[in-house]
Amino acid sequence: MTEEKTKLIDENGIRTDGRKSDELRPVSIELGYLKHADGSVLYEQGKCKILVAVFGPSEVHPKHLELPDRAILRVRYHMAPFSVDERKSPAPSRREMELSMVIRNALEPIMMTELFPRTVVEVFIEILQADGGTRVAGLTAAALALADAGIPLRGIVSGCAVGKIHGTMVLDLNDTEDKEGDADMPIAYIPTMSKISLLQMDGLLTREEFRQGISMAINGSMKLYAMQVAALKSKYNLPEGQEKEETQ
Amino acid sequence: MSVTKEHSVISRILHKEMLDLLAKDKRIDGRSLSEFRKIEFETGLLKKAEGSALVTLGGTKVLVGVKVEVGTPFPDTPDQGVLTVNAELLPLASPTFEPGPPDERSIALARYVDRSIRESKSIDLEALALKPGKVVYVVYVDVYVLDYNGNMTDTAVLAAVKALENTNMKKFNIEGDVPVFSGELMPLIVKDYPVSTTFGIVGEKWFVDPDLEEEQASEGFTSFTYTRDGNLCAVMKNDQGYLSPPQIFEMLDTGWEKAKEIGRIMNWRSD
Repeated sequence: MTEEKTKLIDENGIRTDGRKSDELRPVSIELGYLKHADGSVLYEQGKCKILVAVFGPSEVHPKHLELPDRAILRVRYHMAPFSVDERKSPAPSRREMELSMVIRNALEPIMMTELFPRTVVEVFIEILQADGGTRVAGLTAAALALADAGIPLRGIVSGCAVGKIHGTMVLDLNDTEDKEGDADMPIAYIPTMSKISLLQMDGLLTREEFRQGISMAINGSMKLYAMQVAALKSKYNLPEGQEKEETQ
Repeated sequence: MSVTKEHSVISRILHKEMLDLLAKDKRIDGRSLSEFRKIEFETGLLKKAEGSALVTLGGTKVLVGVKVEVGTPFPDTPDQGVLTVNAELLPLASPTFEPGPPDERSIALARYVDRSIRESKSIDLEALALKPGKVVYVVYVDVYVLDYNGNMTDTAVLAAVKALENTNMKKFNIEGDVPVFSGELMPLIVKDYPVSTTFGIVGEKWFVDPDLEEEQASEGFTSFTYTRDGNLCAVMKNDQGYLSPPQIFEMLDTGWEKAKEIGRIMNWRSD
């Protein structure tokens, strides 16, 4: 650790934004934010502000992409030019192409695509304001927008990053922690299936830290899951214990 | 934009066959679950490139050429050299690869190789700054997939590191702000030898080094890259499937055993 780096975590384990090592940033969920989309959400996690819209199932264009036995999923993760400190070109970057792919791969396992063959479900994730962990926050929001669109799902996926700052494993990195920390590990968990559908890591971690990171991320995802479920229930006025979005 | 790809009909027949075999801990080509295919390598086979390596893993062949130039650093890392990794899935490597701009697969491959090298600190980027803020060495790693028969990730990481180890580059001196070729060559210092191990996943079962048939029939893949000390420097889950936490922990341990074995084959470790 070099001297000039800002101190990201103090002796008492408190981070720059006042959080403890295993604490999530505050989350706010506004379902149905857009009128035209079939499902939508404005999702905020700390300073991250993300808008997700879902369209479909609808006819596939171009037609040759359709599959006879399942719906296809089309996912776009995109950062607005004004979402970061220095303006980002609106053209899709290599990073955005990779993230669109890993998010799609993380959503596929929860979707009951076999129920509506020869159609497409489109998920558009716009990062309006980025502050670390946007791929997993975008994924968490996408799961909400899919549920809001009434698409049959096997479960809800909740994503959360863990990382290492000054030798300590911490939950839900913000941008400074992500850039100056030693490792970043985005994970997505499907609580009803006990499965991980997104797993990436870059940085340097011991194998033990990696194990610890997985369990921390699962705990974080469970907390996000509770918030996702509460938001959906309150929009659709579902009483406790009746979880329609979890088709078994 | 990322779109669901079609899985061939053959892959579904294979998937069933694989499930039956994996239930008995067996694989289509007779390997054990933790057995890699044969690894061979050749270095310095290209004369115009500053470094090169060809790695063969079973039927998969990846060629990496390294070019080193002088250029300007990125504004956010003025005191560091530049590492750029690009991957080409050549149409001659597989009937499923098409010519054209890089698609999400080649981008994901290039970015994974990049992370494996960068995060393991294999290359000391600070040592590649000639005049901080002004002139630095720029290292281009170009990954060429020549023959695709499964698991190009592990093959590409091996070939990239081997090619960097093989790199002999022009030594520049700084006169004023201008880089001047000294007339000498110097080796690129490689400080770590990251090894990637990729697992195919079918249901609750996993196996190392999926070949092409196994890739087509698998539900997902996960790659772990280990440094020489056994730390992790890159992890990536690919494709549509999912993993259970116990499965991840098993792969993590098996991967490290395999990485040590591969390190010995590549002459990177002798223990």
